[in-house]
Amino acid sequence: MNPRTRLWLVATGGAGLAALLVAACLRLPRFGGDRHPYGDRAVHASLERHTANTVASVNFDQRAFDTLGEMTILFAAVLGCVVLLRQTRDEHRAHPEPADVARPVRRYALLVLPVALLTGLYVVAHGQLSPGGGFQGGVVAATALHVLYLGADYRALERVRPVGAYEVGDALATSAYLVTGVAGLIGGTAFLANTLLPYGTFNTLSSGGTVPLLNAAVGMEVACAVVVLLAGFLDQAVEIVDEGEDDDRAGDGHHHEERGK
Amino acid sequence: MTAVPHVLPYLVAVWVFLAGAYGLATSRNLIHAVGCLSVCQAATYVLLLAVGYRDGATAPVFSDVEPGTRPVVDPVVQALALTDVVVGATVTALLLALVVQVAKRHGTVDPDELTELRG
Amino acid sequence: MRHLLPLLVAVPLLGAALLACVGRVVPRAFAEAVGCAVSAGTAALAVVLLLDASPPLVEWAGGWEPVAGHSVGIVLVGDGPGLGMAALVSLLTPAALAYSWRSFDAPPRGNAGSFPALVLLFQAGMCGFAIAGDLFNAFVWFELMSVVAYALTGHRVEEARAVQGALTFAVVNSLGAYALLMGIALLYARTGELAMAEIGRELDAYGPPDALVLAGFVLVLTGLLVKAAAVPFHFWLPDAHAVAPTPVCMLLSGVMVELGVFGVWRVLGTVFSGPGGLPAADVERALMVLGALTAAIGALMCWYQRHIKRLLAYSTIAHTGLFLLGIGTLTLEGDDGVALYVVGHAGVKAALFACTGILLDRFGSVDEHVLHGRARPLRGVAVLFTAGALGLAGLPPFGTALGKSVTEEAVGGPLTVVYVLASAVTAGAVLRVAARVFLGLGPRPQEAAGDEGAYETTGSGEEPETRQPLSRVPDTMTAVPAVLLAGALAAGAVPGFADAVARAMSEATTAGLVQTSVHWTPVGVALGLVSTLLAVGLAAVAVVRPKLLAPPARALPLRRLQSGHVGDYVAWLLVGTTVLGVLALPAVLTG
Repeated sequence: MNPRTRLWLVATGGAGLAALLVAACLRLPRFGGDRHPYGDRAVHASLERHTANTVASVNFDQRAFDTLGEMTILFAAVLGCVVLLRQTRDEHRAHPEPADVARPVRRYALLVLPVALLTGLYVVAHGQLSPGGGFQGGVVAATALHVLYLGADYRALERVRPVGAYEVGDALATSAYLVTGVAGLIGGTAFLANTLLPYGTFNTLSSGGTVPLLNAAVGMEVACAVVVLLAGFLDQAVEIVDEGEDDDRAGDGHHHEERGK
Repeated sequence: MTAVPHVLPYLVAVWVFLAGAYGLATSRNLIHAVGCLSVCQAATYVLLLAVGYRDGATAPVFSDVEPGTRPVVDPVVQALALTDVVVGATVTALLLALVVQVAKRHGTVDPDELTELRG
Repeated sequence: MRHLLPLLVAVPLLGAALLACVGRVVPRAFAEAVGCAVSAGTAALAVVLLLDASPPLVEWAGGWEPVAGHSVGIVLVGDGPGLGMAALVSLLTPAALAYSWRSFDAPPRGNAGSFPALVLLFQAGMCGFAIAGDLFNAFVWFELMSVVAYALTGHRVEEARAVQGALTFAVVNSLGAYALLMGIALLYARTGELAMAEIGRELDAYGPPDALVLAGFVLVLTGLLVKAAAVPFHFWLPDAHAVAPTPVCMLLSGVMVELGVFGVWRVLGTVFSGPGGLPAADVERALMVLGALTAAIGALMCWYQRHIKRLLAYSTIAHTGLFLLGIGTLTLEGDDGVALYVVGHAGVKAALFACTGILLDRFGSVDEHVLHGRARPLRGVAVLFTAGALGLAGLPPFGTALGKSVTEEAVGGPLTVVYVLASAVTAGAVLRVAARVFLGLGPRPQEAAGDEGAYETTGSGEEPETRQPLSRVPDTMTAVPAVLLAGALAAGAVPGFADAVARAMSEATTAGLVQTSVHWTPVGVALGLVSTLLAVGLAAVAVVRPKLLAPPARALPLRRLQSGHVGDYVAWLLVGTTVLGVLALPAVLTG
């Protein structure tokens, strides 16, 4: 189809959809309205189970089954990326060369790394109390490791990041979530039922029953998943080269970062 | 038109969705197309969060707010938006992985030049 | 018993996690055995639950039983249709894994667990979607099965076509999923609920449908119809099915596409069926028009293909159209017929893909013209392939034939012709392939001068999925299609199966108040025989006189629509939403 025809199709389809959606928006309850029946029930249920962060209660207790799907999607995407970004028969691995990094950058990176890592773990641990949780904290912790790539070089990153171990961690964390769910079925009332542990004192680290456990499992899963995902793309950019390409093309990883994006 | 502020956030979501779809349909670069898909998804965040808003409300977190003293926004849409974010990030990662391979196998990321499958 | 429903998802997920954990160190046979065992175990669970699904099972995940009629949790619905789909998925998954046993060269090397793990994740996503009673939860599992399907489709990354087809698939389906999510958000804004039944109740309480309900309907259906590959949302399917590994094709065509139809049926029955939903006449119009178009275009394009996998993919599109017509009647008889048809079709279509995979692995091609007469030695495969074609045509007593005849009766009138023609043309195309490839009948198709520029995808240049081309066909690769065809045959021939399906549908939709009886009728058998004869006739003419039924020049514009360009497909998706909106518009104007 030539671009002109396509543009006509887009214009027709888009105009129809736009008209429909605008008409629908005019019939929506006004922005900022007070009617949120499900939301009100969720707040009530969250407080009953001593979970200060209502969003965490929805994610890891009331709708924990959704979160199971969500973390599995991430798990599947990681597995998919490992398969899709594998080294194929016509490719080989080049060893990344050490890179020179300006001293202030290196110093700053080494300073920031532990702080960022700790922040990530803090956000995971306080998921049921304050905004944040496993998903957010996991991403922070995983990206913290990659500061090494900026502060030192790719080889330093590879040393702290054995991808196989992180893949196993990813799978174990997913299993932990599932096992907690099955424990709810066996020891409690239903799959993922939050009735096994005491709900604790409101607004403390141990409150919320199984919410902190599921939160931690998700935090670990996300951290491992992000590390493996980034490793797949970074490998493509830095290490994996076509057969016959010069090894020194992969010499300095920093220059090839754009190729992987 | 006093009604405009009451629907404006919804209309923003519609606009973002259509803009993303337009970009996707007319894209000349697959990486750009993946970006456009993320734009479409951003529309769902905007819509979800707009739907859950409540006038004068704060975040639904009670570690520093006494329950019952202030209205809070709908926590359910926030949880849905979080799920949505994760889904979006993973789909983007997979799509980019496929684009990497398309670039290698076809030597191009221009959809106009991919002519292997047709008819 | 109802508490076990979530295990339909949890068990394959645990299996996948185990395989991902140890996949790099265990030998391939172990990984495949685990994959088969876990998927078969899930299948057993699904069947046990299905046998116990009267009255339908309802489970609240996390034990969040409703208080004063409302819950904050997620509801899972284990009724006959939902568990039936889960069982179908779970039975087909071990079949696909067994088919790939030792034959499918599943890369990457040194990570033997990755392919079976992905297949288990696929199974979990499809089971979760089948038993979802909550609209957002359905979206989550919908996304899981989509994400895994993209990865599995692009699995053979060394092939240029595979990565292109997977990318197109991923972009179009993701856009559809986001449309679905927009629809969910709109419905949530109106009703403040996420459980499907609750949404429906709140819509009814609100009053007659307005533009908001219409938009919710259009957006939700867009997402599901993209998955179901209804025209004009269908373009991704031939591109994806032509390139996916054969065991994956079996699952994609056999059950995933049908889950899109199932999703449409589910939301129509729970969300939009009441007075606050859309009037039946408008829903019927929308589904009938799209269904008839889908069947017609699918059948026609199927006839024009020479790439055998693409040909089968278009036949799936044609049959999706027939399913949509069936559920578009919004009658219990239509639902019964489609349920049977889907079961029969899953077996037949998966078996046909399995046979095509043998051709690919043996001869390194799936091109009808190139393979002319080359598969003569494969007698057993020829029998299976032909049997599959006859099943596709609806030859009694295949399950497809019974389903088709029941649906035809429900649809009635001139649309019966669509059923007869669509099944005859698609089966005729498959029989034509059988006659040429396995028997070498007719003149060897000549490549016209300047054929390089012909607007088609040939099936040559495909890489076998095994490490070397097979010299001998492994027993598993022929046993699986044989078992699948036997299953499709049993669905129509085993007395009582059809009645059980009808009872389950009645309990799911009318709480068992309305009973239907499903059985072979003389007219249905006659129509089945007519389409079979028509298919044989079409194939015979095509083989003996290829010129007579070759694609005419005026078919070129139709073929050009399938351009392989992702931008075109997105444009058609937008047009499709508008068409859907226009078709259902009277609901709002009069209401």
